[in-house]
Amino acid sequence: MRGDVIAWLRRYGTTLFLALLIVFFTSQNQRFISLRNLTNILTEGSIYGIIAVGMTFVILTAGVDLAVGSLLAFAGMAGATIAGLLGAGTSMSWIVALAMAILTGAAAGYLQGKAVTSLRIPPFIVTLGGMTIWRGATLILHDGAPVSGFDSGYRWWGTGTILHVPVPVGLFVIVAAVGYIVQRYTRYGRHVYAVGGNPEAARLNGLNVAAIVTSVYVIVGVLSGLAGFLQSARLGAAEATAGSGYELRVIASVVIGGASLSGGRGGIGGTIIGALLIGVLTNGLVIMHVSSYWQQVVIGLIIVAAVAFDTFAKARR
Amino acid sequence: MPGPVLEVRNVHKQFPGVKALDGVQLMVERGEVHALLGENGAGKSTLLKILSGAQVPDLGECLLDGHALDPADTPLARQQLGLVTIYQEFNLLPFMSVAENLYLGREPTRHGVIDWKGMRTKARTMLLSLGLDVDPEMEVRWLSVAQQQMVEIARAMTQSAKLIIMDEPTAALSSREVDVLHDVIRKLKARGVSLIYVTHRLQEVKQICDSFTVLRDGRYVTRGAVSDADVKDFVRLMVGRDVEFVKRSHDAPAGNTVMSVKGICTDRDPSGRHATPLHDVSLDVRAGEVLGFAGLVGAGRTELARILFGADRCDRGALYLNGRELRPLRHPAQAIEAGLALVPEDRKQQGCFLEQSVSRNLTLPSLKQLAFWRVFVNERRESELVEHYRLALGIRMSDAHVAIGTLSGGNQQKVLLARCMALNPKVLIVDEPTRGIDVGAKAEVHQLLCEMAARGTAVIVISSELPELMALCDRIVVFREGSVTGVVSAADANEAALMDLMAVGHPPMPVPSPQPSHG
Repeated sequence: MRGDVIAWLRRYGTTLFLALLIVFFTSQNQRFISLRNLTNILTEGSIYGIIAVGMTFVILTAGVDLAVGSLLAFAGMAGATIAGLLGAGTSMSWIVALAMAILTGAAAGYLQGKAVTSLRIPPFIVTLGGMTIWRGATLILHDGAPVSGFDSGYRWWGTGTILHVPVPVGLFVIVAAVGYIVQRYTRYGRHVYAVGGNPEAARLNGLNVAAIVTSVYVIVGVLSGLAGFLQSARLGAAEATAGSGYELRVIASVVIGGASLSGGRGGIGGTIIGALLIGVLTNGLVIMHVSSYWQQVVIGLIIVAAVAFDTFAKARR
Repeated sequence: MPGPVLEVRNVHKQFPGVKALDGVQLMVERGEVHALLGENGAGKSTLLKILSGAQVPDLGECLLDGHALDPADTPLARQQLGLVTIYQEFNLLPFMSVAENLYLGREPTRHGVIDWKGMRTKARTMLLSLGLDVDPEMEVRWLSVAQQQMVEIARAMTQSAKLIIMDEPTAALSSREVDVLHDVIRKLKARGVSLIYVTHRLQEVKQICDSFTVLRDGRYVTRGAVSDADVKDFVRLMVGRDVEFVKRSHDAPAGNTVMSVKGICTDRDPSGRHATPLHDVSLDVRAGEVLGFAGLVGAGRTELARILFGADRCDRGALYLNGRELRPLRHPAQAIEAGLALVPEDRKQQGCFLEQSVSRNLTLPSLKQLAFWRVFVNERRESELVEHYRLALGIRMSDAHVAIGTLSGGNQQKVLLARCMALNPKVLIVDEPTRGIDVGAKAEVHQLLCEMAARGTAVIVISSELPELMALCDRIVVFREGSVTGVVSAADANEAALMDLMAVGHPPMPVPSPQPSHG
């Protein structure tokens, strides 16, 4: 009986906590539940939520990517710069920027994946290096200055709506849905879990472990590139400091969502709840006028508590 | 001090959904080796965990030297009382020396700092007194499994253990190493130390144990003297019925040669994984045949299996499947494509995805056949496939979505066999298929392998148990130090002659052999 409760909490505890938070913040301030505020939470959350979908794949293989925040800035800057050079004055400059951002993300992800698989450097080290490399490259690219002056077609990707849904939110929903289907229903998804659960057994079952590991870094790279483009479109400028600290929010979303850093366990569903939880928490604390210093303390405590509960529940099994 | 060293009375333990122990008793006399027998799931592990302090019983008491043990004792407290458990997975620190491991947490000190010299001397004395030739300054990671086990025993002795519990100590040892272990156990006995011994090798119980207790389904069955019982009695008491092992009739019509191996050589392995180099290994496997690989641990049998399966590289040699030469396989994916399947030696490390469901474990390599457009897994067909093999192999599980790690060893092995069977392989290689699984499951695995052969699959069985090979195989290839020393037809194989080929490299009498043996 008690075991059942623990198992249930382990499965739905995060969702329950999210619901309680929403109720609590609403009780503190009616403004929290307003459509405008909720839209705000979702738009803000969708940028790192998109990356978190990719990060779920990485963490499932027992890897981690610390470079996503820097890569977001680099890809966004690369896209905006090229669009400015080639597409200045044309209304289609967003195509160039989007394509460039995604290509940059894919290439950077591929390089990191190759370093992990071919050079056998631990992912933590590779992406720690990547974190400063891409940030530095962003500063070099435009001498540390922001790129701005986008046309309305470009801005639409960050500020426009389709049927009252902000474009970034719509994209997040699409990315999450595709990610969920890939993870849950495709052979590739099964292979990612297998590689994370037991790489040696995966190899003996005929899986190309190196290719699968490389591919997850490409996925998170592509999604970081997409997020970089959206961020620049939303703010109206590609900034060198964009996305700093995002790696922590992204990893926290995945981990709060129940994924294990040792690989093989977790899923997109949990990650989405995790991302929403962080969005709601940040926004709610702001609305309650909690200082941003304290916000950091609270978020940190919740990450630790989530993992502590998971470990506790697992030991009780 | 008179009386038994350990007495366990009426112990109960309930887990969610299972009554693991139901009024179990156990008595170990001073200076005896006591075998604790039972199938997987009989409650042996739970009882051992209660004794070692890892779990608390719901009811009942344990007395060590006549004093009741506090059920809330930690494992460390139990060790300090002289009750030491040696698990299958050793608790040694790989990057520390033997001496450091022996005195971990109890380092001898002088003037408040560690007395390194004294520690090494004491360690050497302890090792020598057990007849072990191990350098106390060597780092533990360089030791073989058998040597590490000896270090564990020596560590127990430095804690002045009264009672040592050994859980499957011989599961990963070669027969030569088993002999060494038995010698050490006799030395411990002579010093008045008692042992509780858990093993699936029942022959061993006859060799080394004095008395036994049998558990079945969490209940106490009986206690007796080993001299009054034989292996058949043990099996009957454990299972509660007589177990029929298949005995192959050795007149099965030999089919065509499916796979030929010609002149496989590997030079010394630079990766330092302690792989045995192979010297010019050649052999044939026929359709419908069960071919055994016999040899001591380190004879090169697993190495050859991994090369055939593309998991490791060889330096020279060729592989023919149905007469067609296969390019040297570079990856298991190519081997699976060509019609080979492997159940690896180490079920947990190389076979199972322990946290994932039985279903996912079973279907992983066959997903290609179960997917729409080779991409989307058809879950309906997947569960049909799993259900088919659950029935065909009698896999016992509550449902296909439980983690494979929660199944017993025998059932895990059946899932891995089913995984290979679903690929319809031409050649199936099974490496130590019955290691660490109980008698009932063992008979079922044998039955399955014979059925595979009857359907035309060429089955290669690697086993360290000669009786198993002799019962199961049509022919037995004997390996010694990376070479084939003989091929014996099982009909005229006997254990002594096989042992000679395994240990010395030449038979005491002429045995048909496809090639001159180089010894």
